[in-house]
Parts: sequence; C-alpha cells; structure tokens
Amino acid sequence: MNVTAEVLAEVALTENEYRLIVEKLGREPTPVELGMFGAMWSEHCGYKNSRPLLKRFPTDGPYVAQGPGENAGAVDIGDGLVAVLKIESHNHPSAVEPYQGAATGVGGIVRDIFTMGARPIAILDSLHFGPLTEPRNRYLFAGIVGGIGGYGNCLGIPTVAGDIYFDPAYSGNPLVNAMCVGVARRDELMRARASGVGNLVLVVGADTGRDGIHGATFASVDDPEKSHRGVVQVGNPFLEKLLLEACLEVLKTPHVVAMQDLGAAGLTSSAVESASRGEVGIDIDVALVSRRELGMSAYEVMLSESQERMLVIVTPEGLDEVRAIFDHFDLHSDVIGTVTGDGIVRVRDGAEVVAEIPARLLTDECPVYVREGRESIEVAALRTADLYGRSDLSLESDGWLGPTEALLRLLASPNIGSRESVTRTYDSTILTNTVLPPGRGDAAVLRVKGTTLGLAVKTDCNPRYCYLEPFRGGMHAVAEAARNVSCVGAEPMAITNCLNFGNPERLEVYYQLSRAIDGMAAACEALRTPVVSGNVSLYNESGDESILPTPTVGMVGRLADVRTAVGMGLVPGGTVYLLGPLEATLGASEYLAEVHGMVAGSPPDLDLDLEARVQRATRGAIQRGLAAAAHDCSEGGVAVALAETCIVGGVGGHFDLATALAANVGRLDATLFGEAGSRVLLQAVPDGEAALESWLAEERVPFARVGRADGEDVVIDGMIETTVAAVTGAWRSALER
Amino acid sequence: MRFAVISFPGSNGDHDALMAVEMGLGQPVEPVWYRETDLSRFDVLLIPGGFSYGDYLRAGAIARFAPVMESVARFAADGGPVLGICNGFQVLTEAGLLPGALLRNASLKFNSSWVRLRVENTDTAWTEGLRLDETLRLPIAHGEGRYFADPETLKRLEARGQVVFRYVDARGEATPEGNPNGSVDNIAGVSNERGNVVGLMPHPERAFEPLIGGDDGLKILSAVLRAGVATAVGGL
Repeated sequence: MNVTAEVLAEVALTENEYRLIVEKLGREPTPVELGMFGAMWSEHCGYKNSRPLLKRFPTDGPYVAQGPGENAGAVDIGDGLVAVLKIESHNHPSAVEPYQGAATGVGGIVRDIFTMGARPIAILDSLHFGPLTEPRNRYLFAGIVGGIGGYGNCLGIPTVAGDIYFDPAYSGNPLVNAMCVGVARRDELMRARASGVGNLVLVVGADTGRDGIHGATFASVDDPEKSHRGVVQVGNPFLEKLLLEACLEVLKTPHVVAMQDLGAAGLTSSAVESASRGEVGIDIDVALVSRRELGMSAYEVMLSESQERMLVIVTPEGLDEVRAIFDHFDLHSDVIGTVTGDGIVRVRDGAEVVAEIPARLLTDECPVYVREGRESIEVAALRTADLYGRSDLSLESDGWLGPTEALLRLLASPNIGSRESVTRTYDSTILTNTVLPPGRGDAAVLRVKGTTLGLAVKTDCNPRYCYLEPFRGGMHAVAEAARNVSCVGAEPMAITNCLNFGNPERLEVYYQLSRAIDGMAAACEALRTPVVSGNVSLYNESGDESILPTPTVGMVGRLADVRTAVGMGLVPGGTVYLLGPLEATLGASEYLAEVHGMVAGSPPDLDLDLEARVQRATRGAIQRGLAAAAHDCSEGGVAVALAETCIVGGVGGHFDLATALAANVGRLDATLFGEAGSRVLLQAVPDGEAALESWLAEERVPFARVGRADGEDVVIDGMIETTVAAVTGAWRSALER
Repeated sequence: MRFAVISFPGSNGDHDALMAVEMGLGQPVEPVWYRETDLSRFDVLLIPGGFSYGDYLRAGAIARFAPVMESVARFAADGGPVLGICNGFQVLTEAGLLPGALLRNASLKFNSSWVRLRVENTDTAWTEGLRLDETLRLPIAHGEGRYFADPETLKRLEARGQVVFRYVDARGEATPEGNPNGSVDNIAGVSNERGNVVGLMPHPERAFEPLIGGDDGLKILSAVLRAGVATAVGGL
C-alpha cells in the first residue's frame, strides 16, 4: 500500500503510529485495516491522551453495579434495580450542523442506555455557547436546542435537566454533552461482551449509508468548521423509538449474549470492542450489510456512522425468535457473521478477506501518550490580579452601581437567567415519572414506578473556575453537582463525566486536563460518588483559541422516598437559613465577569469535609420533613440565590445579611454576589425553626438565619429593595432578548 | 371496562396511557399494535400521543391508513367511546372521525407546560359527570396543536356543542394569555356529533396522581366509566 502523508492525515494517524501498526501486524495494513486503526486509535475511541489520567478516578464503591468500560455505568438503587447512566459529547458535529449534530448526540446516548437493557427515563444536556450577541452563536444555539428537543420529544423520553453556559471561548466551538439515565433490573443488565464461538452477529436497524465516515477521527481534530459536512450524520428518532422497544423486548429472551450500538466508528468499533471485551474473535462479511446506496466499498461500510443501528450477538437457536421480534417492529436485521475463538476481527467482502486484525491490537494496544503539562503564565497572572481595587457597590442614589441594580443585571445575564424558554421546548412530562420538572429544584426528580424510590439528576461544571484553577474547578464541578442533588433531598450515588478540553498536545491544555481530573477525583473520593462512565472530547478549538476547560459532571442521586423531595421555591412563612461559610470571594465570580468584565482571581476554596457535612445535613433535613425548600448558592452568590428562591416560590422575602457583611470586611459586592463552596439556602417548614436548628447543630454545620419568606417585596436590609415581579421580570428576560 | 391503547410505530404516549388506566383507574387495559383488526374484546379505545410514523408528511397523516384504523372507525360508528390524545387527536382528524385540523403552534415552537382547560360540554362519553365550566389542569407537549377549522365548521361545532374543552387563563377566561398554541377560539378538544369520540391536545393520561403534578386527568379518563354505568351493567 502506498502510504503518503495525505493518506495518514485522512485517517488522523502519525507516521510513528503507522510504523507501530506495521510492526504489530508484521506487515503493511490493507486500506480497510488502516481506516479501522485510524478510527480505533483516535482519541474518541482509544483515549490515547487521556487513558493514564482517567485511571486516577475512583471507580468502585459499595453501590457500583457496572463501572467504566461498558456502554454505560450502573449503580444499585435498591429493590433489585440499578440506575444506568452515561454522558457523551457531540461537540464537533454540532459545530457544523447544529440541529442534526445535537439530535444524533441524543440518539447515541440513549442507545448506550438501552443497549444495557435499561429503559431510558431521562435525558439531560449540558450546553456551552459563545455569546448570543453574535449571529453565528445564535444560529448554533437555536439549532442545537431544536435538535435536542426534536429527537428527545419524538423518542418519548423526557428532557428534564442540564445546564447552559455562555462564554466567548465557545464561539465557533459549542459544546453539546448529552446524558441519559435509565432503570434496569440488576440481574438483567446486558453487557457488550461477545461470547460463544459460533454465535451469530446481527446488524439491526437503519441501512448503512455513506454518512459520518471518519466521524470518530473528525471528533479528534482541531477546527471542525474546516472539515467536511459529509461527516455529520442525520438522525431518525422514529426509527430509534422502534429500535428501543424492539431491543428491550429482545433482551427479555434468553438468546442475546451481547448488544452494542453502532456509534462513533460504526461497525468497526462495535465489532472490535465487543470482540475485545469478550476476548473472542469476530468474522463478518460486509457484503451482507444492507446498504442505503450503491457502490459502497468495504472501507465505507466499516467506517460509516449511519445512525440507529445495533450490533446484536445471538445464539443460533434463538435467531428465529429474535428476528421475529425485530420484524414485529418493522426493523430490518442482517446476519453478517459469527463469533470465533481466535481473537481476530476478520472482515470479508464476499470472497475476499479485506481485514484481519487481532482485536486487542485495535483496543488495548492503542498507543498511549503521557504528555507534559505546564500552567500558562497568563492564567497564573490572572489569578493574582487585584480584585478589590475596584469600587465596591454604592448605596448612594447617584453612585456608579447600586446593589439592587446589580442584582437585576445579574439575574438578567445569560449565565444566571431563566432557562424556561429552552426547557419549555423539551417534553418533560412524558413517561409520567417527573416529580420535580426543570426549573423547580436544583436537580430534576423522577419517581421509579412500582417502588417508593426517586432519582435526582443534574449536570454541572463552572468552566471559569476550571480555567483559573483547574484543580479547584474540578473539585467544584463534582461538589456542586452533588450539592444540587442533595438540595432536593437525594443521596449522591455516582457520576458520569464528559471531559471537554482543547488540544492536549499543548502544555497548558494538558495541564488543565490533568489537574481538573485530580480535583474531580479528590471530590469524588470525599463525597463517595465514584465515576462509573464517561467520555473525553479533546481538540475543542477554533483557530488558535481553546475552549475553557469544561469537565462536565452528570450526577445521579437516590431518594429512598420520592415523596420527601423539595424544590427551591420558598413557601410563605418559613425562616431561611444559610448553611456553610459566610465569607465569599469575588475571584472567578459571575459578578466580576458580568459587572467588571474581569475573568480573574482564584475560584473559592473548597473544604471537602465541610462540603460533605453541609450536603448530608441538607438532605437529612429534607428527608426528615424539616425543610420546605433548598437551593445551592453558586454563581451570583447569596443575593442571586435568594432572588431565585423567591422567583420560583412566587413569594417575597425579608432578609438580613449584616453578619455576612461583617465576615466580608464590609464589602457589599462580596457579601451579596461573592461566591463560595459548601453553601446552601435552606428554608424551615413554617413553625419548624427549632427542629431544623437542632438538626443542623447536631450535624455540626455552620448556619445563620438570613430571613423569612412573605409578601411581594424582596428586601435585603440596608442593601437591596425590590419586588418579586421585578426580579422575576429580569430573570425571565435573560434568554429572550 | 376493558380499555385498548392503540399503538402505531412511533407512538410514545402508549406507555403513559396504559399506566393511567392501570394505576389511575384500576381497569384492565391492553396495548393494541397497529396491524391488529379485531377490537371486539374492548369497551373503550384510547389513541395515545407520540409521533406516529415520525410525523413524517404531517402529524397523523400516515397513521390513518394503518390496518387498525378501519376497526377504530367501525367501533366509533357503533357508538363505542374513543379518546384521541395529542397525536391521537391528530390521527382522528386525519381519519375524518373528528372535525378540523391541527396546525403548527403559533410560536412555531414545541410547547411543554401545564395549562388550564375549561369543560364546555358535559354531554359526551368523556366529560360525563364533570361540571360545566369546571377547570382542569393538564400538561401539554406538542409542536402541532393549533386547532383550526373553517368558520362554517366552527359555527356548526359551537351550535351542536362539539367544542368540549377550551384553554383558559388563571381566571378561567378564554383569553390569548390562556391559549398556549394559538388554537382558534381557544379550542383544546372537540367531539363528533354523537359525543362518543373526543380528541384533545392536552394529556389527561399524564395527570393521574398528585406526585407527578396533578390528577385532573383521571376526571376525563374515568368519565367513560360513569357513562358506562348510566347506560348499562353495574358491577364496575
């Protein structure tokens, strides 16, 4: 084979990697083999830059039923059931074709869940965009939100939570991280491990077309806009719905030994990964794969990323029964090969063998790069900037900016304001499990039918924290997601994560990746939330600009009794408490960015022991019926959090932050809008103050009374004076401008 | 009473309809796949929401040709109670079993929220026992729910009491603020002349217990039981 630099560029392999392939095979690869290596050794499939770093995550714990390495992770939630969870990026396709890119991102993650034998019950999305003041970003925003709703709504799975974040660093490289959560019986979990020599390999679902060839390698190169549109796939949620129902039905029979969806790198990765996991071989004939178009080569069939396809390994005796189920759902299935005992992935095109590679070579023996990281001098300098040299907010009527004005401005800012204009376009009530819908609580809560159990789900990350101090940022991402779940009364169980970073070959990006992982790992240990699944998306850059480091955390929590869940909306009459530290910082805060245009300072310190205690006290209070509402205090500080609890509750409040002002050496800005970890606003049920206070004292958490909910005014004594209507109006306007 | 939930490829509200009948009403219920043609064992038909045939071409336009639809039409002609919800409503209008049509929402966006409905006629199989002007709180989730009919048809519907539900605001008035999708005259649901076939865009089957936001949906779903008691056997 004539290998030129161009040929290698097309499969995104380096010359050294090519030499390694020749050495391992003991010969030159065929074109099909080279394409398979390119896909499997991409960052997307092979994790070649991140694998050593990912080993630092804790992945085990008493509740883990399935850790990383399968299509999705699973945790035991009791009653013989597991929650199955996974998050995955679809950043690059969404940058090129936002609607389809986001839609197929949802399709892919949902397949990962039902492949495990779980019924998907919730979709979440973590989205990052450049400012909507730029038309291109507005186009991406509308397309991506449209694609998520278009696919999920049709599929009939509620989209219940997520997060949306804006920063200029995402212009041209938006992030679309889709998460799905499902429920299965623990003893019925399916794995993607091929086994049983002589078992049959079935491809089910859509016919195979030329769409998405090289999608996996495309996801691992810089600047998606330069690349070709043809690599983006088109989704068909109607077909996926049939596939979902059929696969769950088929899994009830005893005939299926493994199931794997055809995602990135299509037939190549699904065949190779299921063979490699099961330590067997697979022998397939691409001529038997139904095509969408004429004249497709073996190379194209092996690398196509046509959506809505599944690889199913069945016993020969069960074939007829399994096919009858697929037929019932009008789904096409082809027997394309068999499981063999030689550990080799053999691909035929009719009579000709076009690829013959030991499965291990493509997976376990993917080269791994341990790179060097070094912090950017520029970021280190930003961290030490003088934050308090700027004027504090002014209480004078002719001052430069008053606290009330600042509050309204923050509430109307894109990173804080209401997400309702987006969440309203997602079906959130289908499947009749939604107890806390989007926007009502810090996390969404779903009941599990036939039990008293509830699941709380949320995604989170503060990219600005991660940019200014990736270790702390990583800790905060996990801690905040866990805090959100605790604020509805749930016990955080496990996380899935999506590590979105720039080009790891750059020293400062590798540093971010490595440090953020260390921070996340530390928080996962302290909060006992192991990582059970995840995905890595590197090379998120456009031009010379890298995105902010964005290690998105998807958290699942468990409520023993779903009826105890509370939202964030205050109820009239109850006293409101602030749990956690009174002292806050303007470092890396939303206030500093929005009001002073500064991205600087250190993100708040995080004491993981205190964090764990605050969270335990919060969910304990909720489970015992002592709390009427709870809300995490994060972006925008206490003042924004208080306003949000009033808005959602539809009630005013009279608050006093004098002690907090003293703790913040008299700075109004830090008191009202400064940020800190481990802080929760907790409202006692009316007349239940004594019981709540004694519980909090018993739990050894610092707390302060900050006021009471009532009336239609929102007042923070001596600082802020406004109304529920005014704060609601500002907050609602954020994304509707 | 034995309920059937008719499913087409792409229906996704079938699961909720089954649950609402089973958990909410405690009645026997069975899913019926679009290829079946014998509905003789059922007393009630529910046509659930979703995206039958992906809503390709037009919502409900392909489902009306499914084999089961001939039996549905016969069942309706014999006076059997049929409720079409969301996409099921669209299917029934496409099949000519209900008047009017459903267009894209005026906002051009999918709308998932809770709305208020006012009961406009209690003389149908699906509103029996409800109070006239009673308001119900139900979720909606649709992109094509703007009810439309020509002025002649509208006049006829109003005269014959075929407008069964109207969207209303918090004060119970049929105002533009209360109208989530731009439906003509705030119409949320209609019936056939006989009153045994009703279609509506909101989802009664998603509101069958307070834990998930409310149980007003049961008032609609159980009406058929009361209607059944009035006309025939006891022992329900």
